[in-house]
Amino acid sequence: MKYQILVRLKPGVLDVQGKTIERNLEPLGISGLHDFRVGKLIEFEDERSGDSADTTAIDKLCKELLSNPVIEDFEVKKISS
Amino acid sequence: MKAAVVVFPGTNCDHDLDYLCKQVLGFEVVRVWHRDSTLPTGIDLVFLPGGFSFGDYLRPGAIAKISPIIREIIPSAEKGLPVVGICNGFQILCETGLLEGALRPNETLKFISRDVFVRVESVQSVCTTAFQKGEVLQVPVAHFDGRFYADDETLARLEDEERVVLRYCDKTGARADNDLTVNINGSSNGIAGIRSSKGNVIGFMPHPERAADEALARKYPNWKTDGARIFQGLSSL
Repeated sequence: MKYQILVRLKPGVLDVQGKTIERNLEPLGISGLHDFRVGKLIEFEDERSGDSADTTAIDKLCKELLSNPVIEDFEVKKISS
Repeated sequence: MKAAVVVFPGTNCDHDLDYLCKQVLGFEVVRVWHRDSTLPTGIDLVFLPGGFSFGDYLRPGAIAKISPIIREIIPSAEKGLPVVGICNGFQILCETGLLEGALRPNETLKFISRDVFVRVESVQSVCTTAFQKGEVLQVPVAHFDGRFYADDETLARLEDEERVVLRYCDKTGARADNDLTVNINGSSNGIAGIRSSKGNVIGFMPHPERAADEALARKYPNWKTDGARIFQGLSSL
């Protein structure tokens, strides 16, 4: 099973990287795009027993290591089995 | 006094603290490696020094917080063991939840290395018992992820309970939270350091250990020693 974890800043948390992207659109001749938010995509393989594998471990991994619940939300996606 | 200085891969201010503790404060120092699962016996306080533990991978302090030594320190800190986190140490303490909030990239997205002014806002932390509220210190900072963030409810609680210990200010002690020459990284409420409810756990972004040695001040006329006072309070623990 392959997993994708999307970690992103909670709404309302200032994203200075997003703001910097927005400020640098002009040299590309692009306008009208805004509210950029920069997150992280983390992929990994789970070689445990497929669909029946314990998702508690994945949840713990996301809450205690991959994201900081003070500032970030996460989303778990199963890609393939 | 016997102090433990915790060392992670990427820690780089442990030598400064070691020197400060031994040469300036006269403490005994034990270096503790991140893989150690127990603190040496008779430790009076723990320092989490500055640096870039585990290369700041994921988030500053994210991997350090699950190291064996931090798992050992958390319950001791909850029971009252003094723990002082400087810069990366502050980031680690926030990641563990021993201190609230989080440290985000500076608003300017620039690494900031310079002297700043901070105002003592609470005398109820292990580091600030010897201060008067409102005293101003000149101390160096050197960080990329120093912008303190907490949600509005947490911020209000930190302020109500006088748990903000250090706040960025100008040289007269005046607050200017919207001025990035004063609140250099854009921290919420200009917060530079906070404490736990009991006051035994404290974390701050400035590096007072780099401005604490009289020998350097004698050699370099502009060198400050304001930082020493942050540590002198620890001698009377």
